[in-house]
Amino acid sequence: MEPVRLLLFLLGAATFVGLNAAYLVWVERKGAGRFQRRAGPTEVGYAGLLQPVADAIKLMSKQLIVPPGADRMLFRLAPVIMMPPAIMAFAILPFSDSLVAADLNVGLIALFAFSSFNVIAVMLAGWSSRNKYGIISAARVVSQNVAYEIPMMLVIVTMIMLTGTLNLTEIVNQQAGAFWNWNLFNFAANPLVPVTFIIFFICMLSETNRAPFDMAEAESELVAGAYTEYAGMGFGVFFMAEYANIVIGSAIAVILFLGGWHSPIGIFPGVVWFLVKLYLLIFVVIWVRWTFPRTQFYGLLNLSWKVLIPISLFTLLLSSVMIKLF
Amino acid sequence: MKKKNILKDVIGGFYSLLVGMSITLKEFFRKPVTVHYPRESIKMSPRYRSHIIFTADEDGSSKCIACNLCVKACPTECIIVEGEKKEGEKKKSVTEYELDFTKCTLCGACVEVCPTDAIVFSKRYNLASTDKKDFSRIDLCKDLKERNQKK
Repeated sequence: MEPVRLLLFLLGAATFVGLNAAYLVWVERKGAGRFQRRAGPTEVGYAGLLQPVADAIKLMSKQLIVPPGADRMLFRLAPVIMMPPAIMAFAILPFSDSLVAADLNVGLIALFAFSSFNVIAVMLAGWSSRNKYGIISAARVVSQNVAYEIPMMLVIVTMIMLTGTLNLTEIVNQQAGAFWNWNLFNFAANPLVPVTFIIFFICMLSETNRAPFDMAEAESELVAGAYTEYAGMGFGVFFMAEYANIVIGSAIAVILFLGGWHSPIGIFPGVVWFLVKLYLLIFVVIWVRWTFPRTQFYGLLNLSWKVLIPISLFTLLLSSVMIKLF
Repeated sequence: MKKKNILKDVIGGFYSLLVGMSITLKEFFRKPVTVHYPRESIKMSPRYRSHIIFTADEDGSSKCIACNLCVKACPTECIIVEGEKKEGEKKKSVTEYELDFTKCTLCGACVEVCPTDAIVFSKRYNLASTDKKDFSRIDLCKDLKERNQKK
C-alpha cells in the first residue's frame, strides 16, 4: 500500500506544482499590474484567467533548440536536474497532519538539500549554453549561493535549537493552538525570533532568485541569464521549477515560523490554513518583487556578510544561552 | 572619518524598505489607470492637431471659396485647391481640395489664414493604411461628402 500512496502523492504534487506555476504566473502578472496601476492580463478568458493555458500551449508548441557549440548533454540535463528536486520536496512538506507523503525524521535537512539543487541546475544551464549572458549568470548564481546559504543555515540551526527536532510534522505540532504559540512569537525562547524570520525570508528570496536578488536572470542586463538559450518547454520547466521553489520556500517559512496548518485563532486546524498562510507569504514575495529594484552583486554580499550573518550568529548565540539558562 | 553606526543603518534601512512597501501596497488598492484602447478611448484634447478637414455650411456644403490663401500660406506646399464660379452665385466654390499629409507639418498657417473658417484641424489620431496615397492625396471634398452621407 505504501508505494501506491507515495506514487499518488507524487502525482498530486506534480499537479500541484504545475497548477501553481501556471497560476502563480497569472497572479504575478495581475499583481504586477495592480502595483503599477495597470490591469494585467485581461484578454484571454475572464480577467485573463485562461492566460496560463495560452502560455502553456505556446511553450509546448515551440521547437526545442540546442544552440550550436553548446554542451549538448549538459544543456539538456540542466532542466532535468532543476525539476525533480522541486517536486520531491513536496513529498516532505506536511500540508496538514494527515496530508504528508513522507514524514521523515530529517525532513528539514532533506528539504534544504532538495531546494539547493536549483543552483547546480542554473549554473549548468548557464555554463553549457555557450552564451556570454549564460556564463555571467552562472557565475552570479554560484556566488549568490555563497552569500545567502550561510545566514540561512544559521537561522535554521537557531530554529532547530528552539524546536529540538528536524521532523516537520513535530515542528508544526509544537506550534498548536492560537497564533501566540507560533514560533514567530516564541519570545520566551528567544526574543529575536521575528528578526530570524525576516533573515530567513530575505535568504529565501535570494535562494529562489527573486527580485531584489534576481541578479542571475536580470532581464535588463542579461536578457534571461542562464535561460537565454532555452526555447519552449526547456524554458518552461525552469519557470515551473522557479515557482515551485517559491512555494517550497514559503512553505518552509510557514512550517517553521507561522504554525503550519494550525489556525491562528485556535479552531479548525487544517490544510486550508496552511494554504492561506502560504499564499499570503507568496503575495508578500510578489509584493517585494514589484517594490524594490534589483540590488547589485556586492549589495547582496555586503548585506549578507555585514548584516545577515552577524545578526543570525547573534541570535544563534542568544538562543543557545537562553536554552542553557532556562 | 566619521564612524557609521551600523545598527542605526540596518534598522533605518529596514524601516525605509517598509515605507517603500507601504507605498506600493497603497497603489495596489487604487484603481488601475489603464484605458483599454480599442474598446474605450480617452477624449482628445481640444488642441490636438490631425490633418485638416472642411467645416460644413448649414446645407452641408463647404465654406471654402477657393481663394488659394491657404495654398500661399503653406510653408511645405502640400495643398492644392481648384475652384469654379457657379452661375448665380457671388463667390467661387471649391471643386477640388487635395492635401499631401506626408508633407504637412501641422503648422496651422492654413487654418489661421482662411477667411471663411472653412478648414479646421480634425481629431483623427488612429489613421492607418497600407497605401501611401491615403495620406499623400487626402481629398477634403470627398471627405466632406462622406461625412454628410454618414449623417
